[in-house]
Amino acid sequence: MTRQSETTEAALEIKGRMMTLTVMRLLSPSVDALGRAVESRMQEAPEFFRQLPVILDVEAVAESDLHLDLPGFVGLLRAQELLPVGIRGGDERWQAAAEQAGIGVFAGGSEVPASRRSEAPAPAAPEGTPSTVITQQVRSGQQVYARGGDLIILSSVSPGAEVLADGHIHIYGGLHGRALAGVRGDDTARVFCMDFHAELVTVAGTYRVSEQFDEASLGQAVQVFLDGGDLRIEPLPGLGGK
Amino acid sequence: MAKTVVVTSGKGGVGKTTTSAALATGLARQGHRTAVVDFDVGLRNLDLVMGCERRVVYDFVNVINGDATLNQALIRDKRVEGLYVLAASQTRDKDALTQDGVERVMTELSEQFDYVICDSPAGIERGALMAMYHADDAIVVTNPEVSSVRDSDRVLGILASKSRRAEQGDEPVREHLLLTRYSPERVNKGEMLSLEDVGEILAIDLLGVIPESQAVLNASNAGVPVILESESDAGQAYDDAVARFLGEQRPLRFTDVPRKGFFGRLFGS
Ligand SMILES: Nc1ncnc2c1ncn2[C@@H]1O[C@H](COP(=O)(O)OP(=O)(O)OP(=O)(O)O)[C@@H](O)[C@H]1O
Ligand SMILES: [Mg+2]
Repeated sequence: MTRQSETTEAALEIKGRMMTLTVMRLLSPSVDALGRAVESRMQEAPEFFRQLPVILDVEAVAESDLHLDLPGFVGLLRAQELLPVGIRGGDERWQAAAEQAGIGVFAGGSEVPASRRSEAPAPAAPEGTPSTVITQQVRSGQQVYARGGDLIILSSVSPGAEVLADGHIHIYGGLHGRALAGVRGDDTARVFCMDFHAELVTVAGTYRVSEQFDEASLGQAVQVFLDGGDLRIEPLPGLGGK
Repeated sequence: MAKTVVVTSGKGGVGKTTTSAALATGLARQGHRTAVVDFDVGLRNLDLVMGCERRVVYDFVNVINGDATLNQALIRDKRVEGLYVLAASQTRDKDALTQDGVERVMTELSEQFDYVICDSPAGIERGALMAMYHADDAIVVTNPEVSSVRDSDRVLGILASKSRRAEQGDEPVREHLLLTRYSPERVNKGEMLSLEDVGEILAIDLLGVIPESQAVLNASNAGVPVILESESDAGQAYDDAVARFLGEQRPLRFTDVPRKGFFGRLFGS
């Protein structure tokens, strides 16, 4: 192929759009304890955490000497296939450590990197949440995670299978496995299913396992939602509770 | 081009080898040229069930390594025309089945036969993955118990993602459930899952139900595929399953508790 002269088209474009990011709050100043905690989280839901961009919130450990170990801790997270993108909180010592670790610094709460703030135009219009549609049965040992949106499953979820979503989970068949809605903290997320036999359901981290279910809900079309911190499993009203 | 069928399960000892032997024999008896291949490296016993263990000279691994041609290694069945066995090797080396090697042998088999039946080892590791990789159809052998159903479900998930058909984006592997060692009495007592329970979880097409039967043990001790024992319940159930596999409609048998006579009712449980 012959080389063409460069066109005037831009090779890149800077846009101010930000996604919601997962915040990992560091609560212990011990790298050792943090490392163990990360490892055990990874084992619980490897698919969820793999390549997940996270912000490290260092507020709770800001006064400690942990900043000295920040580059090491960032390396450890990367080794576990997480993607630390920046820190939030902490003073100049922390900012220097972040620079050394090759990650950004986010100003408290705003979730826009301070150093980039001037480039960021007005917040972009919200995009429609991406949904994931699964047509095949989710089998034992499989895990499906809808990052950033809802999960819609047109078949059943087997015992020993796990489905997760940042948003709602809709299952048009039987739920025999585990369903985790709002895994990044959305407490308005719900689980809907046509035939309820779950092993476990959670919304935003509040969970219930099968031995805690009301017998009457088994085999029913139900929705699972949080009601002031309580996890409720109720018949789907539109279906008259079958 | 042959149709390649894997007989698989995840869990061990559920009846894969029994089923592979019966299916291959049943298909050959209907006039289809059929080869049945033992993928259980190190634990071969298909040749025992087929009654040809004394005639094994070369095996699957010999063919892969080029020590023998496929035709030298294929053992012709003496009872049924058009039926051949390819034995597994006794080698301990689990890596003896290489991806390329298996592919070559499967291609060659598929040129010569109408059906190639692959008897999978237990588990979901290398050997089982090799056995299922080339499949067009999968017969998932399941016993009516929770652990077997769970493993079958796992295998179905793997078939849907790791088979050649899945990898190449072809039409998915056709999945069939074969429920074996079914005992209606024990189902009724709640000691075993029912046909409906298993069907609900696995949600795939039901090929047949094989009853728990002494005939299976007797036949395999004698080196006779149980489908040739046409008087036996298990033999008849396998015959039904083969007919359904070939597209025939047949009602299920041996799924109800046999009606007891007067003395049965008097002394039965
Ligand atoms: N329908 C049946 N009724 C009674 N016994 C059976 C039946 N099917 C299989 N068996 C017995 O169960 C045992 C295991 O059967 P088989 O070898 O076919 O299982 P497999 O799944 O191939 O085992 P592996 O996982 O070890 O390869 C054998 O002793 C066999 O005779
Ligand atoms: Mg076997």
